[in-house]
Amino acid sequence: MEGKTGRFGDYGGQYVPETMMNALQELEAAFLKIHGDKEFNRELFSLQQEFAGRQTPLTFCGNISEELGCKVYLKREDLVHGGSHKLNNMLGQGLLAKHMGKKRLIAETGAGQHGVATAIVGAALGLPVEVYMGEIDTRRQALNVFRMELMGAKVIPVRSGTRTLKDATSEAFRDWVATVLDTYYLIGSVVGPHPYPLMVREFQSVIGREAREEIVRREGRLPDSIVACVGGGSNAIGIFHPFLNDDVELIGIEAGGKGIGTGEHSATLCAGEPGVLHGTLSYLLQDADGQVLPTHSISAGLDYPGVGPEHAMLKDNKRAHYAAVKDADVLEAFSFLSKREGIIPALESAHAVAYVMKNAGRFDTNDIVVINLSGRGDKDVSEVSKMMGCT
Amino acid sequence: MGRIEDVFRERKSPAFMGFTVAGDPCQKTSIRIAKALIAGGTDILELGVPFSDPVADGPTIQRADERALSSGTTTDTIFGIVREIRKESAVPIVFLKYYNTVLHRGIRDFYREAHESGVDGILIADMPVEESEEVTRIAAACDIAPIFLIAPTTTDARIRKIVKQAEGYLYLVAVLGVTGVRKTVSSDASDLLRRVPMHTDLPLALGFGISSPEHAGACAAGGAGTIVK
Ligand SMILES: Cc1ncc(COP(=O)(O)O)c(C=O)c1O
Repeated sequence: MEGKTGRFGDYGGQYVPETMMNALQELEAAFLKIHGDKEFNRELFSLQQEFAGRQTPLTFCGNISEELGCKVYLKREDLVHGGSHKLNNMLGQGLLAKHMGKKRLIAETGAGQHGVATAIVGAALGLPVEVYMGEIDTRRQALNVFRMELMGAKVIPVRSGTRTLKDATSEAFRDWVATVLDTYYLIGSVVGPHPYPLMVREFQSVIGREAREEIVRREGRLPDSIVACVGGGSNAIGIFHPFLNDDVELIGIEAGGKGIGTGEHSATLCAGEPGVLHGTLSYLLQDADGQVLPTHSISAGLDYPGVGPEHAMLKDNKRAHYAAVKDADVLEAFSFLSKREGIIPALESAHAVAYVMKNAGRFDTNDIVVINLSGRGDKDVSEVSKMMGCT
Repeated sequence: MGRIEDVFRERKSPAFMGFTVAGDPCQKTSIRIAKALIAGGTDILELGVPFSDPVADGPTIQRADERALSSGTTTDTIFGIVREIRKESAVPIVFLKYYNTVLHRGIRDFYREAHESGVDGILIADMPVEESEEVTRIAAACDIAPIFLIAPTTTDARIRKIVKQAEGYLYLVAVLGVTGVRKTVSSDASDLLRRVPMHTDLPLALGFGISSPEHAGACAAGGAGTIVK
């Protein structure tokens, strides 16, 4: 299991206040113990099937395939209970928290999908949940705030700094520093200090394992390209990881916002430099003095200045490629997939769709392109309808 | 480094460590605040280096960091503040900061410039001993004391690892949590004051939530050579 030492190449590590260190070491030991444990994996598998609705389909999209000139498949994480891939990670971490005897769950959330997944798991496992969410995100993802509260979670609006995911994460850290003894902090992506990037990747890799089996069954071969959006990078690493040793092109799509030249974007791997935020060394959007920059994205879930350390390694060793698409192209992809295939993607996932639309010329008719459809767009329709109304 | 040791040499009473964020609310006033702390008798001046995402700090220091950054404070202005204080005072100066601004400048450059401007010690709040090897080596080469935190959750095994790397003094975190005002001093503080001296002769400082002269008095009574922030 690469990443086991907490490093991905030079990236990763545990850059956290001393108060957290004991809890991280305890978590690492607990995770390594359950990772190969038959009983734990049986329990997780049955939750994935009965509760989360796995295995998710791999949908061939005939209409857009014809239009774009390649064979497009969607890995349907939008059909996971809760509406996104986030629950894959939460079922794993929630079960782990329970095994560790923790009494309270906390999480940060951007789009609210991770918060919703945490609320679901808290309700199902009978543990109280508190979710930190940037005040701006509580407004642009109001539906998810209501869903979390409906399932009994407490949503705490964060008013410091940029009032988005970055500061929600900082607040969750501060909570955990004070409550490590009885609280489990469920990080929602492959970011944060070791063992989170490793652990979240292992829980999300179910996406890639299923996709691999299914595409081989249907097409008799591996795909040519896999495309996924990258915020923290969990849905992308989840689908990439089981293909790392294969001759398959891996493409991660970041939020280009209003354009990288404008400075209003969240394209960390495309425009950042190595730095340390929230416990990990990875690429980071920062100014000349090492202060973390404010970010922008049309999608709250990608609006984060950092990225998982394993992606930083895959960028440097060129095993994966990273590109950015702009907000305007994302909106177009959002409508395109809805109209042509009857599938409304999350704005985050629409970034991956937009890349394939814009770069259709790269692919041949027989090329198989798998897009990870990380979530469904219901949470975004009210914001998008407003945006469409004023353009 | 000599300046920090001088503070503790043959010391009978507890030392006082005053803290302010460099550049808060602006460079000029910040220098005045630091000088006032020194005039008021601080034995060691602890300067917070503002960071955009101070995860170990509560709202008071978060806001101070925000004020400092929005008035244009940079690493250069902070070294300038130190040089300005050094013109008038030989009080030891210790930076309390986060790793990214060191890393981004280049660890070697940061420590060299810190030493040249008159800094005596550096505590990086998000750098546990496991990640500190390179920084500690460079600190030694630049004659800067690497200061480490010890928290209520730090096990004795970790304390033994930390005291091997640490110099100057050990910074004991008096509460489980972030910086900021508390009503009382927790029992965690006395637990640390009992456990840590079993592993080291380094002086012990106690910080986080020490909010009043009464708190300071209680801490000082609990452990010899205690510094209070
Ligand atoms: C549907 C969806 N996709 C992607 C993301 C981005 O996260 P990650 O890059 O970790 O997959 C989010 C985050 O909230 C999301 O809700």
